[in-house]
Amino acid sequence: MTIVCDAPITPVPSAGAEPTVSLTDVRHTFGTKPALSGCSFSARAGQITVLLGPNGAGKTTALRVVTGALTPEQGRVRVFGLDPTTDGEAVRLRCGVVSAKPALYDRLSGRENLRYSAALYGLNEGHAPIEETAARFGIQHALEQQVGGYSTGMKTRLALARSILHSPDLLLLDEPTSGLDPESSAAVLALIREQAAAGLTVVLCTHLLLEAEGLADEVVVMQEGASVLAGAPDDLMARYWPHPVARFATADPRHLALLSVQPGVIQTRPFRAGRVEITLDSFERIPDIVEALTKAGARVSAVEPFQPTLEDLYFAIRGLERGTMTVLA
Amino acid sequence: MTAAVVPARRKHMDWNRVRTIARTDLKQLAQARDFWLPMVALGAIFFVVIPTLLLVSLTKWGNINAVNQIGQALNALPDRAKAAIRGDTPSARTAYALAVFLFAPVAIVVPLTIATAVGASTIVGERERGTGEFLAHSPASVSEIYLGKLIASLIPGYVTTIVGFGMYSIIVNVTVGPKVGGWFFPTKEWWVLIAWVVPPFLALTLSLVLRLSARVKSTAAAQQAAGLVSLPLILIAYSQSTGALFGAANAGWYIGAIVWVVALFGLRRGMKSMSRNRLLGVGDEN
Repeated sequence: MTIVCDAPITPVPSAGAEPTVSLTDVRHTFGTKPALSGCSFSARAGQITVLLGPNGAGKTTALRVVTGALTPEQGRVRVFGLDPTTDGEAVRLRCGVVSAKPALYDRLSGRENLRYSAALYGLNEGHAPIEETAARFGIQHALEQQVGGYSTGMKTRLALARSILHSPDLLLLDEPTSGLDPESSAAVLALIREQAAAGLTVVLCTHLLLEAEGLADEVVVMQEGASVLAGAPDDLMARYWPHPVARFATADPRHLALLSVQPGVIQTRPFRAGRVEITLDSFERIPDIVEALTKAGARVSAVEPFQPTLEDLYFAIRGLERGTMTVLA
Repeated sequence: MTAAVVPARRKHMDWNRVRTIARTDLKQLAQARDFWLPMVALGAIFFVVIPTLLLVSLTKWGNINAVNQIGQALNALPDRAKAAIRGDTPSARTAYALAVFLFAPVAIVVPLTIATAVGASTIVGERERGTGEFLAHSPASVSEIYLGKLIASLIPGYVTTIVGFGMYSIIVNVTVGPKVGGWFFPTKEWWVLIAWVVPPFLALTLSLVLRLSARVKSTAAAQQAAGLVSLPLILIAYSQSTGALFGAANAGWYIGAIVWVVALFGLRRGMKSMSRNRLLGVGDEN
């Protein structure tokens, strides 16, 4: 048997108001290499949508399509209800982007970088809130320094400050914590949360599962240019693990076979050497199962209720795709 | 929360953005001393050092060999040009001819070389630094980006020409002027050359160089390719600028007009060839 759960692996559109960003079956190739091959997802106003996937999954290309920097060959893209291909300027004026590289001008000072952006987005020199924005990201003291001398963390903060300088409605972040130490990373993530709390719609690309775990209102898992799953993390967990799961270990692994015949056990599968993961109808069954095993002469060495994380979900999806998840039964 | 309310589709060019892009590029260039110092040296050598040495050698030291050699070369000038030469002595006439006719190509070679060097790295440089991504996601249109880059590449070459031309004029008038009855430079033909012939040649060269810069994968490749493109253009410009000074009375005006037409066509093509894909460095499939 190769089935663990019956969750569909196609994105499920959420109900409600018109999303800020909506991609439907978007396809694009670079030469002969497909970069997006049926990418569909939506991002709702005021929420953080995380595009999750390995390198080369098409996350960056998807962001480029959102601003109209890249025109897809097929599919439908709508941002604020507009088509970025034909209404690019109107869309881009309402977007703030932080790309994977901070994309800053090293020979210019921090202030000059912010001024440049302000001018391109149509803010008058005197009206651009440069000082306030820099202060929000803790780089006001370095505004007169050449950016070439900034640390990676300062560059990321400056790039974030630049992205919100024109008060965008949509913030697009491509691996914003890439290359940062854990402290800077945490600070940047806190700043992103602040922006979302202030009402911005945020779309963030990452391959860091822990980062997504703490941030995401919605997760879109991407693989080989396609979105394979989308939804709120808790909903996705519930879809993948609709029943409680626990992990058992016994001194003699042969006793683990007894688990599959216990009342309340829906299915079992091997989990690492000498351990078995069981799906139950209720966690309340666990004491009875332990007692039954003990009576049968098994010495239970570990019982661990399983609380799935986004990381588990991610690997479960990728495992399903590869057909590597099997059950004992 | 939107920064500015714009109609969904805007057709006209936002010149503020063009100016902003050009100004920012120039600011970065000004910071790159290792880049502009050699360019200033090039202008100084061609506009100041070489003319000063040659003209002083002719007028002050009376270098007979040089007078004879250049005098022979002057025999090949068209009659109109020969008739315009002023001066009572062979050395004065030789110095006048040298200053007015034979240095003309300098006015072309220097700005084209500088503009090519600046322009070659302008778009591929954005890509290499990763800043192309910022521009690609910005609200600036590709035409605004292209024009901003073009202006930023054109200004250093043309400013060098204007400054060099001013200094050259002073050197010529100070060294040759007293021998031919007073300050005489610039002549009408030189004004036409500097104001009417040089700019379109610059624009034409840059329209090609910027297209190359958008297509190649590295700054080094852009410099190589730009050299190949600009060399024939420099040769054409060399001959045409000489013609503008030697030819019939209005030759400069005609040559300039033709080059302007070709340059405007080149700019239009260049603007159309620009795309956000090229700023991102992801090919040109669209």
